[in-house]
Amino acid sequence: MTTAVSTQTEPAVAFRDLHRHYGEVRALDGLSLDLAPGELVVLLGPSGCGKTTALRILAGLDIATSGTVMVGGRDITHVPANKRDMGMVFQAYSLFPHLTVEENVAFGLKLRGVDRAKRIKRAGEMLELVGLSTQGDRYAHQLSGGQQQRVALARALAIEPAVLLLDEPLSALDAKVRVQLRDEIRRVQLEVGTTTLFVTHDQEEALAVADRVGVMFQGRLEQVAPPTELYARPATPFVAEFVGLSNRMRAEVSEGTARVLGAAVSLLEGSVTQGSGYALVRPESLGVTAAEGDANGRVVSVAFLGPISRVQCRLDDGQLVVAQLTSAGASRLSPDDAVRVDVGADAVLVVPE
Amino acid sequence: MRTSPAFRVVRVVLLLLFAVFFFGPLLAMLDFSTRGTNGSRTWAAWANLVEDPELNRAIVASLLLSLFTVVLMLLLLVPTMIWVRLRVPRATRLLEFLCLLPLTIPALVIVVGITNVYQWVTYFLGDHVLNLTFVYVVLVLPFAYRAIESALSSIDATTLAEAARSLGAGWGTVIGRIIVPNIWSGLLSAAFISVALVLGEFTIASLLNYENMQVVIALLGKSDANTSVAASLAAIAFAFVLLLLLSVVGRSRRTEGS
Repeated sequence: MTTAVSTQTEPAVAFRDLHRHYGEVRALDGLSLDLAPGELVVLLGPSGCGKTTALRILAGLDIATSGTVMVGGRDITHVPANKRDMGMVFQAYSLFPHLTVEENVAFGLKLRGVDRAKRIKRAGEMLELVGLSTQGDRYAHQLSGGQQQRVALARALAIEPAVLLLDEPLSALDAKVRVQLRDEIRRVQLEVGTTTLFVTHDQEEALAVADRVGVMFQGRLEQVAPPTELYARPATPFVAEFVGLSNRMRAEVSEGTARVLGAAVSLLEGSVTQGSGYALVRPESLGVTAAEGDANGRVVSVAFLGPISRVQCRLDDGQLVVAQLTSAGASRLSPDDAVRVDVGADAVLVVPE
Repeated sequence: MRTSPAFRVVRVVLLLLFAVFFFGPLLAMLDFSTRGTNGSRTWAAWANLVEDPELNRAIVASLLLSLFTVVLMLLLLVPTMIWVRLRVPRATRLLEFLCLLPLTIPALVIVVGITNVYQWVTYFLGDHVLNLTFVYVVLVLPFAYRAIESALSSIDATTLAEAARSLGAGWGTVIGRIIVPNIWSGLLSAAFISVALVLGEFTIASLLNYENMQVVIALLGKSDANTSVAASLAAIAFAFVLLLLLSVVGRSRRTEGS
């Protein structure tokens, strides 16, 4: 499903029916998407889904086979990269090794003919913004990976770009730094208010920072929605299974309701309307309680994940499901215990068998 | 790693053997070039290097050839290699093949092939020893290519170029202000190796009837062996100093970049 999202004001960025073909491969297959001014949209998807291609076309580093790219109402499809006024942070470390941190941040301003005093002042402000005001005279090789990406962010923002482009900027960093920098990127983006397109394959990252997330698959946009809606109301089976965990559980659909494990559950839009299918049920929508007489399955394993635990159960009909419980609740369960697995009231997407 | 005393002795002996092998002939050359009559010592042969007009002209010609070869080689090779790496990476193998080709063709064959071309060069530019620049650029391509390629491979040129482009840099700025400063050591290597090669080149100049330093040294060898050997030793010393400089500069840049 390709979704053009209408925004009330004129979009800051608009992709219109964008195609990018490499021979037989369709990296982008009719992408249409609007970004509202000041909005942070994340393109999320597996490798090869076309998310980076879309970002590179917006940056002018790749050329669309067909379609248009508009920024602030202006068609920039054929404008060269250096005339597009985009700030970009790359996946690979991209600081210029022969320049100091301050010179790196001021580089774009120098190209724009800003005088030295103003350049230094602006570079200082940007470094202050990313918390590196004392590192101005250092070189890239003297900084950690996280610091380098912060400087890259400061450099991209220094030119006051029309759009900020983030191409998996956190993927080269270790887990702890990723979370810190992820939150920092969001803080800075909200502070400066720059329209931002962020590309990642990490769903947690996407859900944590985005105003809206666009899930891509095989060059197409499957769904664009705020993170909570994307998670609770996936529009397609791919979105349901790619974003978060989902159990595929047998369901019977009739009269707008699905019956899953004997319980009646309301249907999400896009579900099958009649007959049998598979309901995509989130682990947290399943309840697991120790039971004897009314048991419908047995515990296979319990995985402790800090405040929560994941309990894997084999149902009597052979289905294997995963439930997410609080660790306190899960502590009473052990492998091979007889349990009762119930489905909660959250609406589910039912896909054909 | 701690080394045993026996290993250290072997190391010193090997080093001494190498020093004798390397410096022995040079000392012999120095001895021969300063040998006077009746066992006396004289620097007359060395003074000839600046006083003999023919030799002097040849030295200046060779130095100018080195300079022009380096400049033309850099102008030709650097933008081409950067462009191929950034814009047409699939042409990398072809470029490498073309650049390494002179290594596989004997100088004599190059001369036979290039003689006709040089008739045109002479027709347009006049008959001058500096015309050798063109063939020397071809001759140094394999060595210069390797040095520059190695430097380019050590940086992520594509990402740096894209970062610069997104900040507003045109292609000239990308090459001149972003890529070149980061492959400086490779360019120096290419330049120094080219200078060393041009200063030592004899075959092509001789077969094309041009008088560069090596040709004149060979001619002098028949009439004034002492001066000929002094000039040879000076050329070797000059090339040695260049390579030493290359090593020092390379090391200091590596230390800066570490």
